[in-house]
Amino acid sequence: MSSVNVDYQIVAFCCQYCAYAAADLAGGLRLQYPPNVKIVQIPCTGKMDVLYALQAFESGADAVMVAGCMPGDCHFLEGNFNAVRRVERVKDLLRQIGLEAERIRMFHISSSMASQFVAATEEMLRTVEAIGPNPLRVSGKAHPQETCGLPSG
Amino acid sequence: MIIAEQKPFEEIKNLIEPAQRVLVVGCGTCVTVCFAGGAREAAILAASLRMASKLNGDPKEVTDVTVQRQCEWEYLDTIAEQINEADIVLSIGCGIGVQAIAERYPKTWVVPGLNTAFLGLPAEQGVWVERCAACGDCILGLTAGICPIARCSKSLLNGPCGGSQDGHCEVNEEIPCAWQLIYDRLQSLGKLEMLYEIRPPKNWRTSRDGGPRKIVRPDLRLSEEE
Ligand code: SF4
Ligand code: SF4
Repeated sequence: MSSVNVDYQIVAFCCQYCAYAAADLAGGLRLQYPPNVKIVQIPCTGKMDVLYALQAFESGADAVMVAGCMPGDCHFLEGNFNAVRRVERVKDLLRQIGLEAERIRMFHISSSMASQFVAATEEMLRTVEAIGPNPLRVSGKAHPQETCGLPSG
Repeated sequence: MIIAEQKPFEEIKNLIEPAQRVLVVGCGTCVTVCFAGGAREAAILAASLRMASKLNGDPKEVTDVTVQRQCEWEYLDTIAEQINEADIVLSIGCGIGVQAIAERYPKTWVVPGLNTAFLGLPAEQGVWVERCAACGDCILGLTAGICPIARCSKSLLNGPCGGSQDGHCEVNEEIPCAWQLIYDRLQSLGKLEMLYEIRPPKNWRTSRDGGPRKIVRPDLRLSEEE
Protein backbone atom coordinates (compact mmCIF):
# COMPACT_ATOMS: atom_id res chain seq x y z
CA MET A 1 0.00 0.00 0.00
CA SER A 2 1.27 3.48 -0.81
CA SER A 3 2.30 5.74 2.03
CA VAL A 4 1.54 8.88 0.05
CA ASN A 5 -1.00 11.16 1.73
CA VAL A 6 -1.36 8.91 4.72
CA ASP A 7 -0.50 10.55 8.00
CA TYR A 8 0.56 7.43 9.84
CA GLN A 9 0.33 7.59 13.61
CA ILE A 10 2.70 5.53 15.70
CA VAL A 11 2.33 5.64 19.47
CA ALA A 12 5.56 4.80 21.28
CA PHE A 13 5.27 3.89 24.95
CA CYS A 14 8.79 4.56 26.21
CA CYS A 15 10.30 3.72 29.58
CA GLN A 16 11.66 6.86 31.26
CA TYR A 17 14.93 5.14 32.18
CA CYS A 18 15.95 4.01 28.72
CA ALA A 19 14.03 4.48 25.46
CA TYR A 20 12.61 7.86 26.52
CA ALA A 21 16.12 9.04 27.37
CA ALA A 22 17.36 7.58 24.06
CA ALA A 23 14.71 9.60 22.21
CA ASP A 24 15.86 12.67 24.13
CA LEU A 25 19.46 11.95 23.23
CA ALA A 26 18.47 11.53 19.58
CA GLY A 27 17.01 15.01 19.77
CA GLY A 28 20.13 16.39 21.43
CA LEU A 29 22.29 14.80 18.73
CA ARG A 30 20.01 16.27 16.05
CA LEU A 31 19.22 12.78 14.76
CA GLN A 32 15.96 12.88 12.88
CA TYR A 33 13.24 10.31 13.40
CA PRO A 34 9.83 10.12 11.69
CA PRO A 35 7.41 12.80 12.92
CA ASN A 36 4.69 10.11 12.89
CA VAL A 37 5.97 8.87 16.22
CA LYS A 38 4.13 10.18 19.28
CA ILE A 39 6.00 9.37 22.46
CA VAL A 40 4.24 8.52 25.70
CA GLN A 41 6.54 8.40 28.69
CA ILE A 42 5.87 5.60 31.17
CA PRO A 43 7.76 4.95 34.41
CA CYS A 44 8.73 1.42 33.28
CA THR A 45 7.43 -0.81 30.48
CA GLY A 46 6.12 -2.95 33.34
CA LYS A 47 3.43 -0.23 33.59
CA MET A 48 2.40 -1.02 30.03
CA ASP A 49 -1.19 -2.17 30.08
CA VAL A 50 -2.91 -4.23 27.41
CA LEU A 51 -5.66 -1.61 27.48
CA TYR A 52 -3.29 1.27 26.66
CA ALA A 53 -2.44 -0.47 23.42
CA LEU A 54 -6.06 -1.39 22.62
CA GLN A 55 -7.17 2.19 23.28
CA ALA A 56 -4.46 3.49 20.97
CA PHE A 57 -5.66 1.19 18.18
CA GLU A 58 -9.31 1.94 18.84
CA SER A 59 -8.49 5.65 18.59
CA GLY A 60 -6.97 5.05 15.18
CA ALA A 61 -3.25 4.57 15.84
CA ASP A 62 -1.60 2.61 13.04
CA ALA A 63 1.07 1.08 15.21
CA VAL A 64 2.19 0.87 18.80
CA MET A 65 5.79 0.58 19.92
CA VAL A 66 6.70 -0.47 23.43
CA ALA A 67 10.31 0.40 24.18
CA GLY A 68 12.00 -0.71 27.36
CA CYS A 69 15.41 -1.45 28.78
CA MET A 70 17.78 -4.12 27.51
CA PRO A 71 16.96 -7.60 28.84
CA GLY A 72 18.36 -7.83 32.36
CA ASP A 73 18.75 -4.06 32.73
CA CYS A 74 15.26 -3.11 33.88
CA HIS A 75 15.35 -0.48 36.63
CA PHE A 76 12.57 -2.46 38.33
CA LEU A 77 14.28 -5.78 37.57
CA GLU A 78 11.72 -7.43 35.31
CA GLY A 79 9.23 -4.84 34.08
CA ASN A 80 10.47 -5.21 30.52
CA PHE A 81 9.93 -8.99 30.62
CA ASN A 82 6.36 -8.43 31.79
CA ALA A 83 5.93 -5.98 28.92
CA VAL A 84 7.12 -8.59 26.39
CA ARG A 85 4.36 -10.93 27.58
CA ARG A 86 1.73 -8.21 27.43
CA VAL A 87 2.77 -7.27 23.91
CA GLU A 88 2.30 -10.94 22.97
CA ARG A 89 -1.17 -10.85 24.50
CA VAL A 90 -2.03 -7.73 22.49
CA LYS A 91 -0.84 -9.51 19.34
CA ASP A 92 -3.27 -12.35 20.09
CA LEU A 93 -6.08 -9.87 20.73
CA LEU A 94 -5.33 -8.01 17.49
CA ARG A 95 -5.56 -11.26 15.51
CA GLN A 96 -8.93 -12.03 17.12
CA ILE A 97 -10.18 -8.53 16.45
CA GLY A 98 -9.09 -8.72 12.82
CA LEU A 99 -6.08 -6.38 12.85
CA GLU A 100 -2.49 -7.30 11.97
CA ALA A 101 -0.39 -8.48 14.91
CA GLU A 102 2.64 -6.67 13.42
CA ARG A 103 1.06 -3.38 14.40
CA ILE A 104 2.54 -3.73 17.87
CA ARG A 105 6.15 -4.50 18.69
CA MET A 106 8.45 -4.55 21.69
CA PHE A 107 11.91 -2.97 21.46
CA HIS A 108 14.82 -2.99 23.89
CA ILE A 109 16.73 0.29 23.77
CA SER A 110 19.10 1.62 26.43
CA SER A 111 19.40 5.33 27.21
CA SER A 112 22.59 5.67 25.14
CA MET A 113 21.16 3.99 22.03
CA ALA A 114 19.90 7.10 20.23
CA SER A 115 20.61 5.81 16.72
CA GLN A 116 18.95 2.48 17.55
CA PHE A 117 15.89 4.41 18.71
CA VAL A 118 15.81 6.20 15.37
CA ALA A 119 16.25 2.88 13.53
CA ALA A 120 13.39 1.31 15.54
CA THR A 121 10.99 4.12 14.68
CA GLU A 122 11.94 3.94 11.00
CA GLU A 123 11.43 0.20 11.04
CA MET A 124 8.01 0.58 12.61
CA LEU A 125 7.05 3.16 9.99
CA ARG A 126 8.14 0.79 7.20
CA THR A 127 5.99 -1.93 8.79
CA VAL A 128 2.83 0.20 8.79
CA GLU A 129 3.57 1.48 5.29
CA ALA A 130 3.64 -2.14 4.17
CA ILE A 131 0.38 -3.15 5.86
CA GLY A 132 -1.45 0.15 5.40
CA PRO A 133 -3.46 2.40 7.71
CA ASN A 134 -5.51 1.15 10.64
CA PRO A 135 -8.95 0.43 9.12
CA LEU A 136 -10.59 1.63 12.35
CA ARG A 137 -9.68 5.22 11.60
CA VAL A 138 -12.61 7.45 10.80
CA SER A 139 -10.67 9.68 8.42
CA GLY A 140 -7.04 10.02 7.45
CA LYS A 141 -6.25 11.30 10.92
CA ALA A 142 -6.17 9.39 14.12
CA HIS A 143 -8.66 10.70 16.66
CA PRO A 144 -7.68 10.50 20.28
CA GLN A 145 -10.34 9.15 22.62
CA GLU A 146 -11.62 11.63 25.14
CA THR A 147 -11.49 9.42 28.16
CA CYS A 148 -8.96 6.85 29.14
CA GLY A 149 -11.50 4.29 30.37
CA LEU A 150 -8.95 2.35 32.39
CA PRO A 151 -10.43 0.74 35.45
CA SER A 152 -9.01 2.20 38.61
CA GLY A 153 -6.93 0.14 40.97
CA MET B 1 -12.11 -19.37 44.84
CA ILE B 2 -14.11 -20.06 41.69
CA ILE B 3 -11.76 -20.44 38.72
CA ALA B 4 -12.94 -19.58 35.23
CA GLU B 5 -11.51 -18.73 31.84
CA GLN B 6 -12.77 -16.65 28.98
CA LYS B 7 -14.61 -18.38 26.18
CA PRO B 8 -13.01 -18.27 22.72
CA PHE B 9 -13.53 -14.84 21.14
CA GLU B 10 -15.38 -16.31 18.15
CA GLU B 11 -17.90 -18.00 20.44
CA ILE B 12 -18.47 -14.72 22.31
CA LYS B 13 -18.93 -12.88 19.01
CA ASN B 14 -21.58 -15.42 17.96
CA LEU B 15 -23.38 -15.17 21.30
CA ILE B 16 -23.81 -11.40 21.01
CA GLU B 17 -24.35 -11.41 17.23
CA PRO B 18 -28.06 -10.46 17.24
CA ALA B 19 -27.58 -7.50 19.59
CA GLN B 20 -26.73 -3.88 18.89
CA ARG B 21 -26.16 -2.53 22.43
CA VAL B 22 -24.03 -4.89 24.46
CA LEU B 23 -23.23 -4.49 28.15
CA VAL B 24 -20.23 -6.47 29.39
CA VAL B 25 -20.64 -7.07 33.12
CA GLY B 26 -17.53 -8.01 35.08
CA CYS B 27 -17.33 -9.29 38.63
CA GLY B 28 -14.90 -7.94 41.22
CA THR B 29 -14.38 -11.10 43.25
CA CYS B 30 -13.19 -14.64 42.24
CA VAL B 31 -12.95 -14.06 38.50
CA THR B 32 -11.00 -10.83 39.04
CA VAL B 33 -8.21 -12.64 40.86
CA CYS B 34 -8.07 -15.43 38.28
CA PHE B 35 -7.87 -12.73 35.58
CA ALA B 36 -10.92 -13.97 33.70
CA GLY B 37 -13.67 -11.46 34.37
CA GLY B 38 -12.65 -8.42 36.42
CA ALA B 39 -12.81 -4.74 35.52
CA ARG B 40 -9.67 -4.91 33.38
CA GLU B 41 -10.81 -7.97 31.45
CA ALA B 42 -14.26 -6.41 30.97
CA ALA B 43 -12.66 -3.27 29.48
CA ILE B 44 -10.36 -5.35 27.24
CA LEU B 45 -13.24 -7.52 26.01
CA ALA B 46 -15.49 -4.52 25.39
CA ALA B 47 -12.78 -2.72 23.39
CA SER B 48 -12.01 -5.89 21.42
CA LEU B 49 -15.69 -6.44 20.57
CA ARG B 50 -16.15 -2.79 19.55
CA MET B 51 -13.19 -3.00 17.19
CA ALA B 52 -14.07 -6.43 15.80
CA SER B 53 -17.68 -5.46 15.12
CA LYS B 54 -16.59 -2.23 13.46
CA LEU B 55 -14.19 -4.10 11.20
CA ASN B 56 -17.04 -6.48 10.45
CA GLY B 57 -19.10 -3.59 9.12
CA ASP B 58 -21.66 -3.89 11.94
CA PRO B 59 -20.37 -1.55 14.67
CA LYS B 60 -21.86 -2.46 18.02
CA GLU B 61 -22.20 -0.21 21.02
CA VAL B 62 -20.28 -2.17 23.65
CA THR B 63 -19.88 -0.76 27.14
CA ASP B 64 -18.65 -2.38 30.32
CA VAL B 65 -19.30 -2.18 34.02
CA THR B 66 -18.02 -4.24 36.93
CA VAL B 67 -19.79 -4.92 40.20
CA GLN B 68 -18.12 -6.11 43.38
CA ARG B 69 -20.04 -9.40 43.35
CA GLN B 70 -22.32 -10.50 40.53
CA CYS B 71 -23.90 -13.18 42.71
CA GLU B 72 -25.73 -10.79 45.07
CA TRP B 73 -28.90 -8.86 44.33
CA GLU B 74 -27.69 -5.72 46.11
CA TYR B 75 -24.76 -5.29 43.75
CA LEU B 76 -26.82 -6.13 40.66
CA ASP B 77 -29.40 -3.51 41.64
CA THR B 78 -26.77 -0.77 41.31
CA ILE B 79 -26.49 -1.35 37.54
CA ALA B 80 -30.21 -1.70 36.78
CA GLU B 81 -30.25 1.28 34.44
CA GLN B 82 -27.34 0.01 32.32
CA ILE B 83 -28.78 -3.50 32.18
CA ASN B 84 -32.19 -2.25 31.12
CA GLU B 85 -30.68 -0.14 28.33
CA ALA B 86 -28.76 -3.06 26.83
CA ASP B 87 -30.06 -5.44 24.14
CA ILE B 88 -27.85 -8.13 25.57
CA VAL B 89 -25.80 -8.58 28.72
CA LEU B 90 -22.52 -10.42 28.32
CA SER B 91 -21.63 -11.57 31.80
CA ILE B 92 -18.04 -12.37 32.56
CA GLY B 93 -18.84 -13.46 36.08
CA CYS B 94 -18.94 -17.18 36.86
CA GLY B 95 -22.03 -19.20 36.01
CA ILE B 96 -23.60 -18.03 39.25
CA GLY B 97 -23.25 -14.41 38.17
CA VAL B 98 -24.87 -15.09 34.80
CA GLN B 99 -27.84 -16.79 36.52
CA ALA B 100 -28.13 -14.08 39.14
CA ILE B 101 -28.54 -11.50 36.36
CA ALA B 102 -31.08 -13.70 34.57
CA GLU B 103 -33.05 -14.12 37.80
CA ARG B 104 -32.93 -10.47 38.85
CA TYR B 105 -33.72 -9.14 35.37
CA PRO B 106 -36.43 -11.42 33.90
CA LYS B 107 -36.68 -9.37 30.68
CA THR B 108 -32.94 -9.31 29.99
CA TRP B 109 -31.16 -11.62 27.57
CA VAL B 110 -27.93 -12.62 29.28
CA VAL B 111 -25.12 -14.78 27.85
CA PRO B 112 -21.92 -16.12 29.43
CA GLY B 113 -18.49 -14.87 28.37
CA LEU B 114 -16.65 -17.33 30.62
CA ASN B 115 -16.41 -21.04 31.11
CA THR B 116 -16.60 -21.65 34.85
CA ALA B 117 -14.05 -24.38 35.47
CA PHE B 118 -13.56 -25.40 39.11
CA LEU B 119 -12.94 -24.46 42.74
CA GLY B 120 -9.25 -24.02 43.28
CA LEU B 121 -6.30 -21.81 43.99
CA PRO B 122 -3.45 -20.09 42.15
CA ALA B 123 -0.56 -22.57 42.57
CA GLU B 124 1.85 -20.09 41.04
CA GLN B 125 1.59 -16.95 38.92
CA GLY B 126 -0.66 -17.81 35.97
CA VAL B 127 -1.42 -21.38 37.08
CA TRP B 128 -4.67 -22.43 38.79
CA VAL B 129 -5.42 -25.88 40.15
CA GLU B 130 -8.53 -27.65 41.41
CA ARG B 131 -8.84 -28.30 45.12
CA CYS B 132 -12.48 -28.93 46.07
CA ALA B 133 -15.52 -30.44 44.38
CA ALA B 134 -18.04 -29.08 46.91
CA CYS B 135 -19.17 -32.59 47.88
CA GLY B 136 -21.11 -31.27 50.86
CA ASP B 137 -19.54 -33.64 53.40
CA CYS B 138 -15.89 -32.75 53.84
CA ILE B 139 -13.49 -35.58 54.62
CA LEU B 140 -10.26 -33.58 54.68
CA GLY B 141 -9.91 -34.50 58.35
CA LEU B 142 -9.36 -38.12 57.32
CA THR B 143 -7.01 -37.43 54.43
CA ALA B 144 -4.35 -35.13 55.87
CA GLY B 145 -5.95 -32.05 54.36
CA ILE B 146 -5.68 -33.28 50.77
CA CYS B 147 -8.95 -33.85 48.95
CA PRO B 148 -9.26 -37.21 47.18
CA ILE B 149 -12.67 -36.26 45.77
CA ALA B 150 -11.36 -33.34 43.73
CA ARG B 151 -7.75 -34.38 43.29
CA CYS B 152 -7.88 -38.15 42.73
CA SER B 153 -9.04 -38.78 39.17
CA LYS B 154 -11.30 -41.58 40.42
CA SER B 155 -12.37 -39.83 43.64
CA LEU B 156 -11.25 -42.93 45.55
CA LEU B 157 -11.85 -43.08 49.28
CA ASN B 158 -9.32 -45.88 49.82
CA GLY B 159 -6.39 -45.19 47.54
CA PRO B 160 -4.12 -45.32 45.82
CA CYS B 161 -5.26 -47.46 42.91
CA GLY B 162 -2.91 -49.70 40.95
CA GLY B 163 -2.31 -46.94 38.41
CA SER B 164 -0.29 -44.75 40.75
CA GLN B 165 3.21 -44.53 39.19
CA ASP B 166 6.10 -42.76 40.89
CA GLY B 167 3.75 -40.21 42.40
CA HIS B 168 1.88 -39.61 39.14
CA CYS B 169 -1.70 -40.51 38.32
CA GLU B 170 -2.24 -43.01 35.52
CA VAL B 171 -4.77 -40.72 33.88
CA ASN B 172 -2.10 -38.16 33.03
CA GLU B 173 1.54 -37.83 33.98
CA GLU B 174 1.00 -34.20 34.86
CA ILE B 175 -1.47 -35.07 37.61
CA PRO B 176 0.15 -35.79 40.97
CA CYS B 177 -1.48 -38.90 42.50
CA ALA B 178 -3.65 -37.50 45.28
CA TRP B 179 -3.34 -40.68 47.29
CA GLN B 180 0.46 -40.57 47.08
CA LEU B 181 0.26 -37.00 48.39
CA ILE B 182 -2.04 -38.16 51.20
CA TYR B 183 0.30 -41.03 52.05
CA ASP B 184 3.38 -38.78 52.08
CA ARG B 185 1.73 -36.18 54.24
CA LEU B 186 0.32 -38.70 56.72
CA GLN B 187 3.79 -40.22 56.93
CA SER B 188 5.49 -36.89 57.59
CA LEU B 189 2.87 -36.14 60.27
CA GLY B 190 3.42 -39.56 61.87
CA LYS B 191 -0.18 -40.62 61.27
CA LEU B 192 0.19 -43.39 58.70
CA GLU B 193 -1.90 -45.72 60.83
CA MET B 194 -4.95 -43.75 59.74
CA LEU B 195 -4.72 -45.59 56.44
CA TYR B 196 -5.50 -48.92 58.12
CA GLU B 197 -9.07 -47.85 58.44
CA ILE B 198 -11.18 -48.75 55.42
CA ARG B 199 -13.55 -45.94 54.50
CA PRO B 200 -17.07 -47.04 53.62
CA PRO B 201 -18.70 -45.68 50.47
CA LYS B 202 -19.43 -41.97 50.73
CA ASN B 203 -22.99 -40.74 50.90
CA TRP B 204 -23.24 -38.69 47.73
CA ARG B 205 -26.65 -37.26 48.53
CA THR B 206 -24.92 -34.19 49.95
CA SER B 207 -23.22 -33.78 46.58
CA ARG B 208 -24.97 -33.42 43.22
CA ASP B 209 -26.65 -36.83 43.56
CA GLY B 210 -29.25 -35.36 45.89
CA GLY B 211 -30.28 -32.72 43.32
CA PRO B 212 -29.71 -28.95 43.61
CA ARG B 213 -28.61 -28.03 47.12
CA LYS B 214 -29.78 -25.39 49.52
CA ILE B 215 -28.72 -24.16 52.94
CA VAL B 216 -31.11 -22.39 55.27
CA ARG B 217 -29.94 -20.63 58.43
CA PRO B 218 -32.98 -19.80 60.56
CA ASP B 219 -30.88 -17.58 62.83
CA LEU B 220 -30.03 -15.31 59.91
CA ARG B 221 -33.44 -15.12 58.32
CA LEU B 222 -35.43 -11.91 58.53
CA SER B 223 -38.92 -12.12 59.97
CA GLU B 224 -41.93 -11.17 57.86
CA GLU B 225 -42.14 -7.70 59.48
CA GLU B 226 -38.57 -6.87 58.62
S1 SF4 C 1 -13.92 -33.58 50.72
FE1 SF4 C 1 -15.60 -32.59 49.67
S2 SF4 C 1 -15.83 -30.57 50.66
FE2 SF4 C 1 -13.86 -31.44 51.33
S3 SF4 C 1 -12.38 -30.54 49.89
FE3 SF4 C 1 -13.00 -32.51 49.02
S4 SF4 C 1 -14.73 -32.06 47.65
FE4 SF4 C 1 -14.40 -30.28 48.97
S1 SF4 D 1 -3.26 -42.90 40.33
FE1 SF4 D 1 -3.70 -41.84 42.26
S2 SF4 D 1 -4.83 -39.98 41.62
FE2 SF4 D 1 -4.82 -41.34 39.86
S3 SF4 D 1 -6.73 -42.47 40.04
FE3 SF4 D 1 -5.18 -43.74 41.10
S4 SF4 D 1 -5.23 -43.13 43.23
FE4 SF4 D 1 -6.38 -41.57 42.07
